[in-house]
Amino acid sequence: MAKLNSITDLKKLREELQSAAETQTGKPLVNVSLATCSVASGGRDIMEAMKAEVASLGLDVNFMQSGCMTFCYAEPTVEITLPGKEPVVFGYLDTDKAKLLVQKYIKDGELLDGVIPVGYERVVL
Amino acid sequence: MSEKKQIRIATRNSGFIDPENIDSYIAAGGYLALAKCIEEMTPTQVIDEMKASGLRGRGGAGFPTGVKWGFAAGYKSDTKYVVCNADEGDPGAFMDRAILEGDPHSVLEAMAIGAYAIGGNKGTIYIRAEYPLAIKRLKIAIEQAEEKGVLGKGIFGSDFNFDLDIKYGAGAFVCGEETALINSMEGMRGEPYTKPPFPAESGYWSKPTIVNNVETLAAIPAIIVKGANWFNKIGSETTKGTKVFALAGKINNVGLIEVPMGITLREVIMDVGGGVAKGKEFKAVQTGGPSGGALTYKDLDVKIDYESLAACQSIMGSGGMIVMDEDDCMVAVSKFFLDFTMDETCGKCTPCRIGSKRIYETLDKITMGQGTMDDIENLKLLAVAIKDTALCGLGQTMPNPVLSTMRVFEDEYKAHVIDKKCPAGVCSSLLEFVVVDEKCVGCTLCAKICPVDCISGKVKEVHVIDQAACIKCGACLDKCKFDAIIKR
Amino acid sequence: MSMMNITIDGKTTQVPAGSMILDAAKQLDITIPTLCFLNLDVMKYNNMAASCRVCVVEVEGRRNLAPACATPVMDGMVVKTNTMRVLLARRTVLELLLSNHPKDCLVCAKSGECDLQELAENFGIRDISYPGVMSTFRKDISPSIIREMDKCVMCRRCETMCNEVQTCGVLSGVNRGFDAVVAPAFEMNLEDSACTNCGQCTQVCPVGALVEHDHTWKVIQALVDPELVTVVQTAPAVRSAIGEAFGMEPGQSFTGKMAASLRMLGFDHVFDTDFAADLTIMEEGSEFLDRLQKFLDGDKNVKLPIMTSCCPGWVKFFEHQFPELLEIPSTAKSPQQMFGAIAKSYYAELLGIPREKMVVVSVMPCLAKKYEASRPEFAVNGNPDVDIVISSRELGHLLKQMNIDLSKLPDEDFDNPLGFSTGAAPIFGNSGGVMEAALRTAYEVATGETLPSVEFEAVRTLTGVKTAEIQVGPHTLNVGVASGLGNARELLEMVKSGEKQFHVIEIMACPGGCIGGGGQPYHHGDMEILKKRNQVLYNEDAGKPQRKSHENPYIVELYEKYLGKPLSEKAHKLLHTHYFEREKM
Repeated sequence: MAKLNSITDLKKLREELQSAAETQTGKPLVNVSLATCSVASGGRDIMEAMKAEVASLGLDVNFMQSGCMTFCYAEPTVEITLPGKEPVVFGYLDTDKAKLLVQKYIKDGELLDGVIPVGYERVVL
Repeated sequence: MSEKKQIRIATRNSGFIDPENIDSYIAAGGYLALAKCIEEMTPTQVIDEMKASGLRGRGGAGFPTGVKWGFAAGYKSDTKYVVCNADEGDPGAFMDRAILEGDPHSVLEAMAIGAYAIGGNKGTIYIRAEYPLAIKRLKIAIEQAEEKGVLGKGIFGSDFNFDLDIKYGAGAFVCGEETALINSMEGMRGEPYTKPPFPAESGYWSKPTIVNNVETLAAIPAIIVKGANWFNKIGSETTKGTKVFALAGKINNVGLIEVPMGITLREVIMDVGGGVAKGKEFKAVQTGGPSGGALTYKDLDVKIDYESLAACQSIMGSGGMIVMDEDDCMVAVSKFFLDFTMDETCGKCTPCRIGSKRIYETLDKITMGQGTMDDIENLKLLAVAIKDTALCGLGQTMPNPVLSTMRVFEDEYKAHVIDKKCPAGVCSSLLEFVVVDEKCVGCTLCAKICPVDCISGKVKEVHVIDQAACIKCGACLDKCKFDAIIKR
Repeated sequence: MSMMNITIDGKTTQVPAGSMILDAAKQLDITIPTLCFLNLDVMKYNNMAASCRVCVVEVEGRRNLAPACATPVMDGMVVKTNTMRVLLARRTVLELLLSNHPKDCLVCAKSGECDLQELAENFGIRDISYPGVMSTFRKDISPSIIREMDKCVMCRRCETMCNEVQTCGVLSGVNRGFDAVVAPAFEMNLEDSACTNCGQCTQVCPVGALVEHDHTWKVIQALVDPELVTVVQTAPAVRSAIGEAFGMEPGQSFTGKMAASLRMLGFDHVFDTDFAADLTIMEEGSEFLDRLQKFLDGDKNVKLPIMTSCCPGWVKFFEHQFPELLEIPSTAKSPQQMFGAIAKSYYAELLGIPREKMVVVSVMPCLAKKYEASRPEFAVNGNPDVDIVISSRELGHLLKQMNIDLSKLPDEDFDNPLGFSTGAAPIFGNSGGVMEAALRTAYEVATGETLPSVEFEAVRTLTGVKTAEIQVGPHTLNVGVASGLGNARELLEMVKSGEKQFHVIEIMACPGGCIGGGGQPYHHGDMEILKKRNQVLYNEDAGKPQRKSHENPYIVELYEKYLGKPLSEKAHKLLHTHYFEREKM
């Protein structure tokens, strides 16, 4: 990995990373919350279950892990971003429900219950 | 919820980026602040910017971060240290863990900025060993940051060096106090020492040291990138920016929130938190964890900032917020917190070592129904003296749960002492389990489950509980299918 | 140095920057009560734990009360030391301390000397408002020291002494909360730790948590047994301090009264360790000259410096901390043990009694001597050379118990032959004294000339580490003297690293030497007392007709009749020993 030698290097890398991300926006993105509490409530199983389901359905989906999504009361939680749509956070998951999410929401865009309202404004740098 | 009450600054990336991939952080604007400091700002300008932002320490004490940095910058020394205090210990609080697990680079970046500002080049993250995932992600982050050249030697091609290491705390609550933390980092017994000298003058290995909390640090890159004037427009008159709280207890939306300073407790509990769980009546909210105080419905419209909470005899604290409902006994709640501090005091100074024990014992006596009015008076005197004489913040704030609950719920204390009753029905020694004659069908289930055989009665006849023999375990109440047993 | 203005209770003064509120108060003759605070400047000892909170005062503009002992004076500071708020706080703190302190003052070894007792008395505490459970730690009894940590007030004075001054690192804070206490690592027994038994912890402990292991009753038992011949020896430093136990002013020689008191107690033979000090010089001095000659002749098997071995605290210290230097200390036994060996051989033979019939009692300024006497190598077939060791403090109690008021006694002499000494002997009690005594004899033996002046001023101060160059004939000797084990460590590190080539080194475990011993009457932080005791011993030396050990006629006689010459086979058997490597912790 090349070292960043200036703010210009950094900004260039950021642009490259952002445009690389652009190329992926055609694919659904599943972001699984994997902080300690999410893991404890089964977050890893959710990720595995969804990956398996995606594979069995032959879908092309990107997965990522992230940290705490702050919705402890609804763990495990995932955030799903479908092409051209706003991200949606689903909570109160178990492995069955996670598979259902793949079958219904990711595959067909059909909303399920357990959507968590987002009550915050995120500061973006 | 119509408007968005939360603003996520310190937690801006948690849940959005991959904490184990530096590219994910850079794509979200990571390390721009550090690059900006090194290339475009002098250390003095960085400190001035921090002062102008109004950011205050989020560990609880609320000391202005820029001022602290300014002190450390003012001392000449061959070595200066930046320490990240990640020894989070309030019961039920996990703000720092969430940030470290979700966005470790923001903390590393801020530490580098701090080092640049004070003229230091070494940093240590003091983190409790019970946070293995946070430690793993921090280690990955440090490694990746060094590979990218944003940590280590010659950062961003400049001559600024910053090396970071991690030290593990063994889980002593008191080590969150900065002087105890420094002792612990040096391999000494984790106990505080008297200030002055403050760490900014003589801290880790007697060198100028800034100790900043995780949440404080996490906000700093945003302040540098977006500017002090952006940050100081958020918040209240005295307290700028946002605060992360761990909402817990009898509330619907248990979880992490980040709200602007100046928001009212009512908004936090009723709107952001979704109100009291199970439709129960709100009774109190404890801010500041074991060092804080209980606030009641009377205080619901208090604005959250350091000064306003202090005016209600509570504190901001590090971000624990525990909601209590009508089923919570305030004497028992005080006893719970004192049980915690009594175990966690280092035992160095007299008022904290022995005083915490005596307060606990008195509260225990009261919850057992053996308290006297003298005990209540003595509790007050003792609490005030401990606040006045204890060596460190732990001891000085340890009586807060008692003082604040006594202020608002003195009647509840008196009910325990004079009437020998626990109004909330929590203190088992003061409860009676009795059979409601009209409801009892004589099924005998209660008599069978009673571990001390103190329930008598024939089949299909009303049963009776022998109060003298009853140990108040509550098994009969749970077992009865006819709601024929009540506690009172 | 910049000066700070401060007003305390309406009185204003100036103190140098860095002074504490307590210093300023002292300057204004305002007494602020303290408990944990202790500053023994000559020992480089300053306990500023600020843990007891007894000295809290009100500082204008400050949210809470400030500990006067550890709060630096700021310019313009306004302090109040006796407001209702302060008094209530102090009283509460004191009551809390007392609520977890055994009330068995009547039978406490520290009774009458206890700082907590004094505070309780001054405050007129008659009732504890906050009773509750009390600490229950196990009692730990070593040959020298008894630890009764139920009485510990966590002042940390012993810890500062053990770690910073003595660098033994045996005592430190353990556990949390109400269970917090000072203890050896893993709460092992003192006896199993690297404790040197120096007893300095007992000198600074404000309460009865750390006290000497008392053996006075054993002495009484021996005295009343008609079958036994009782022999007593008293170390040099005891005579400089024992009167203090009877309320006499420090700075006087109590030698004659002490000898009289021992005779009144009923000892059959009242002898003096000083005799053995002269004997030590003969052996150690000869060993030194022998080693020096071989060293100068280029013998690679001979190592220098030679180090004194009179101090059992120091001996145990190097056995634990510097096992690689075991070859360097002199093999000469300490005066106490030389005395015991000679008493139970030479003198027993003179009396015509078997050693088993003789009981040798030592009165020492020291607690480590109790341990030393119990070392197995200092016994013959299980019969120890020294049977019972009591400290100066215990002698005080013993005399009082036997209705003897030392202050009222006439001056008497010791018995002969083992009670006679030269001026070289009493100065063993001062740091630098053994060195000076050894130089007096070594000089004359080596050069065959008479010393022009017997007083070696360079080694006579109370400084922790003293070095000097001394001309002995053609040789310039580098000598080093340290008192206090931290200072000893400093010297030893120099030896180990080869930074400086010393020829001879004297080390005493206790700061100032035996006059400041762990078994001496409590100094209560008054270092002037040590200076006065120090002077007493030098005066004692100056007042003697003979001032060099080899001029002691009874020593000459001992060699002529019994030992032959220094370092003879018999002398080796009776007067020399060897050392053991011990665990660092």
